[in-house]
Amino acid sequence: MRFTLNIWRQNGQAEKGRFVTYEAHDVNSGMSFLEMLDSVNQGLIAKGEEPVAFEQDCHEGICGSCSLVINGIPHGPDRGITSCQLYMRRFSDGAVITIEPWRARAFPIIKDLVVDRRALDRIMHAGGYISVHTGGAVDGNVLLISKDQAETAMDAASCIGCGACVAACKNASAMLFVAAKVSHLALLPQGKPERTRRVKTMLEAMDGEGFGSCGNQNECEAVCPKRISVRFIARLNREYLRAGVVESSLPAEPESPHAEST
Amino acid sequence: MKLDPKIPPGPLETKWDRRRFSEKLVSPNNKRKITVIVVGTGLAGASAASTLGQLGYQVECFCFQDSPRRAHSIAAQGGINAAKNYQDDGDSVGRLFYDTIKGGDFRSREANVYRLAQVSTQIIDQCVALGIPFAREYGGQLANRSFGGVQVSRTFYCRGQTGQQLLLGAYSALCWQIDRGQVIMRPRTEMLDLVVVDGRARGIVVRDLVTGRLSVHTAHAVVLATGGYSNVYYLSTNASGSNVTATYRAWKQGAAFANPCFTQIHPTAIPPGDACQAKLTLMSESLRNDGRLWVPKMARDHRSSEDIPEAERDYFLERRYPRFGNLAPRDLASRAVKAVCDEGRGVGPGGHGVYLDFADVIAQQGFDVVHERYGNLFDMYQRITGEDAYRVPMRIYPAPHYTMGGLWVDYNLMSTIPGLFVIGEANFADHGANRLGASSLMQGLADGYFILPYTISHYLATVELSLIRDDHKESRAALQRVTSRISRLLNSKRCRTAASFHREVGKLLWNHCGMSRNEEGLKSALTSIPLLREEFWRNVMVPGSGEAFNQELEYAGRVADYLEFAELLCHDALHREESCGAHFREEYQRDEGEPQRDDGRFAHVAAWEYREGESPILHKEPLAFEFVQPTTRSYQ
Repeated sequence: MRFTLNIWRQNGQAEKGRFVTYEAHDVNSGMSFLEMLDSVNQGLIAKGEEPVAFEQDCHEGICGSCSLVINGIPHGPDRGITSCQLYMRRFSDGAVITIEPWRARAFPIIKDLVVDRRALDRIMHAGGYISVHTGGAVDGNVLLISKDQAETAMDAASCIGCGACVAACKNASAMLFVAAKVSHLALLPQGKPERTRRVKTMLEAMDGEGFGSCGNQNECEAVCPKRISVRFIARLNREYLRAGVVESSLPAEPESPHAEST
Repeated sequence: MKLDPKIPPGPLETKWDRRRFSEKLVSPNNKRKITVIVVGTGLAGASAASTLGQLGYQVECFCFQDSPRRAHSIAAQGGINAAKNYQDDGDSVGRLFYDTIKGGDFRSREANVYRLAQVSTQIIDQCVALGIPFAREYGGQLANRSFGGVQVSRTFYCRGQTGQQLLLGAYSALCWQIDRGQVIMRPRTEMLDLVVVDGRARGIVVRDLVTGRLSVHTAHAVVLATGGYSNVYYLSTNASGSNVTATYRAWKQGAAFANPCFTQIHPTAIPPGDACQAKLTLMSESLRNDGRLWVPKMARDHRSSEDIPEAERDYFLERRYPRFGNLAPRDLASRAVKAVCDEGRGVGPGGHGVYLDFADVIAQQGFDVVHERYGNLFDMYQRITGEDAYRVPMRIYPAPHYTMGGLWVDYNLMSTIPGLFVIGEANFADHGANRLGASSLMQGLADGYFILPYTISHYLATVELSLIRDDHKESRAALQRVTSRISRLLNSKRCRTAASFHREVGKLLWNHCGMSRNEEGLKSALTSIPLLREEFWRNVMVPGSGEAFNQELEYAGRVADYLEFAELLCHDALHREESCGAHFREEYQRDEGEPQRDDGRFAHVAAWEYREGESPILHKEPLAFEFVQPTTRSYQ
C-alpha cells in the first residue's frame, strides 16, 4: 500500500508550524499506524533529514503516550482505541492522511506531534489520590465492596491519561479526565473521607491550567480509547454540587464513610 | 570486588523481622536534610519515591516518559500474587515461598524469596487502601484466580489491566508527595551516568529530553528502578522506550551485574509479522487458565483449524505436563511451543505459532463468562490480527518478556557500590532463573513500599556524608563522559540508522542467546557483536543536534548500550554450563529435552565486574539452601 501524509511540523512553541507532505511507500496492511510512521522516519533519517517527532511507548493502548489527531479525529477513525492500535488495513490504498498534534492551550507543542501534557499531572497533584500512609492498612477484605460498585469504579479508573478528550473538545476541556478520577475515588469507600476536598481542588487546578469548560457535546466520550462514559461527568457535577452543600452546612461535620448515603 | 549478601542468620521466618529491628533509624529532623534520587517511576520506583517522601526524606525522582504514570509497569495485564489464602485452598507464606523458589529453578536466595512471600499480603492491603479497584465477588470480597506454575488461586486482578491499576495507585501516592513538596518530579529526563565519590553513589548525570541540557544531580543515595532489558532482543513485549542504559552505565561505574543470561521468553505473545514490526504484543498468561494449546499431530498440516478433527490435534502441554497442563511455567511452555514449531507443526505464517483455543470453555461456561474475563484481550487480538478469537483459535508464539537478571544487590537491596540501591526488575532479585506469572508486580511493590524504605534508612543512618557540589571533580568527570559520548554519536560517518543496528543485534541474540543456546552459537555471537559495534560507531546516522528535543539521539544512545550489553549477556550464557529455568543450553538436557541442572557447579549467582577494554570478570555468590532441598523441577 502507499499513502500521502500531510504531517504537522513545528519546532517548538516559539516557531510557527506548517504541514509538510510525505509519501509512504511499501506499507504492509498489517502494520500499525505508528510502525508506518517509523518507516517513513527511517527514510528521512537515511536522507539526513530530521525525523517527525511523535510519542510512542507500549504499543498496547495502555500507557497513553501516543497522541495523534488523524484526519481530524484524536486517535483516528476507530472508536475505543489509541493511535498505536490503529492498523493500516483500516485505510484504503492511496489515501491521503492528515496527522496533527493534540491542540489545546494547556498542551504547548514541544516538537511536531509531541505536546507537553504535564497539566494533567498537575491536576492529579491537586488531589487525585487518597492520603494513606504506606504500612498499617487493614486487611483488604475488611472493606466489602459490591461487585457492581467495584466494576463501575474500574470503568472510571481505566482512564489512561492520554488527553484525547481534551483534543476532541472544542473548549479543550479536561472534564472527562477529571470526572474519571473523581468518580473512581468517590465510588469507593476508601476515597470518601476526602471526596469533598478532592473534587474542588481538582476542578480548580483544571481551570487554572487553562482547560475550558464542558459544553455537553460528548465528543470526549466518542474519542476516548477506553470508552469512558460522559455519565461520569454527570457524576462529577453531582460531586461538585454535593461538595458545595456539605461545605455550606456549618459547622462542618467530619466526613466518614459511615456517614455517607449514596 | 567482594560479594557479601548480608543475609541475617537464624530461622527463615524471623530473618526480616530481626533485620528490621537491628537496623538504625534516621531521626525525623535529620531526614529533612537528606536527599534521595529515585530513577524510574514504575511500580518499584513510584512506590519507593512516594514512601520515602512520606517518611520525610527529600526525594528527587526522574523518568524519561512525559509522565510518571506511563512507566511500562502499566502494561502488566494478569495480576499480582499474595499469600492471603482467601480461597482456603491450601495457600500460605511457606507455599508461595516454595513455589517461587522452585519456579526460579533454585537459583534465587531463600532469604529474599521468603521475605517477598511475607510482605505479599501487606501489598494487597496497601493497594486496597490506595483505592485500587480489584475484582470482587458478589459478596464484596476480593476475587482471585490461578496463574501459571501454581496449583492455588492467589492472584488478585483488575480485569486484564492489573499493572495499570497498581501503577496508577503508586502514581497517586507519588502525586500526594509531590503536592506536599516531598518529591520533586522530573519527567522527560534520562539518566545517562552515575556519579561515584569516594566509592559511594552520590548522584547522576541526566539529559533534559526537551532542551537537551545535561546536568548533574547529587544526593545522599541513589535508587535505580529502571526496569529490564528485554529490548536488547529488538522485538520484545517491552515498551519501545524500555532500555538498559541506566543499569548498564552503573555497571561501568562498578556495580556488579548478576545473571544477565536469565531472560524470560513469554509463551503467549501474538506471532511476529513483517520486518517493520516495532514490538511483540503479549496476550496475558491468564488466558492459559481457560485456553488450550494445540498443534496438528501431522507436520505441515495446512488445513484450517476447524477442519482438523479432535483426534488429529496434539494438546502438547497437557500431554507433556499432565499435572499442570496448560498452566505449566513459562519457560517450559515456551520451549514446548518452540519444539513443536521446530518439528514443522507450527501454524500460521512461517509456521511460527500454535493455537490457543477457547472453544471448550465457551461451550462449557458460555460466551458471557469468557467475554467478562478476557474481553479486552480478545478485542486487542482482533485489532492486531483481524481475527475473532471467539470463533477461531488464537495463534501465539513466544517473545522476550521479562529479565530476571539485573544489577547484583545484597539482602538490603544495595548494589556493590555503597549508596546505590536497585529495586524492581532492574535488580537480579528474587526470581532466580525463571519468574512465575503475577510475581513481578509483587516484587516491584514489595521492594518499593516495604523493603527499600527500611534498608536505605539504615544506610543513611550509618554513614557520614559530606555535601557534594554539582561541580565536584567526579561530577565533572561523569558529565564529561556523557558529553563526549553524545558528540561521538552526532559525529560518526552517518550512513546507517540506529534501528538497523538494533534489529541486527536483536536477531543475533534471538538466534544465539534466545530460547535455546549452545557453545558454538554463543562464541560466534561473541565474535560478531564487537564487529557490529565498531560499525555502529563508524556509520551510525543521528540527525539533529544534542541541544534540542532529539528522539533519534536518545534512541541511538540506548542502542549503543545494547551493543555492549549483548556481549555481557553472551558471556554469562556461555559460562553457565547447565540448563536451568529460562536458560536452556542444548548440551545439557536429559532425555525428552528436559533441562539438566548442575547444582554441583552452578548453584551460584554469577556477578560480573566491568573492566575497561577487557572481558568482564566473574564473581560467584554461592547459593546455600538451608530450608528447602533443591529438587529436579518437575511439573509432569
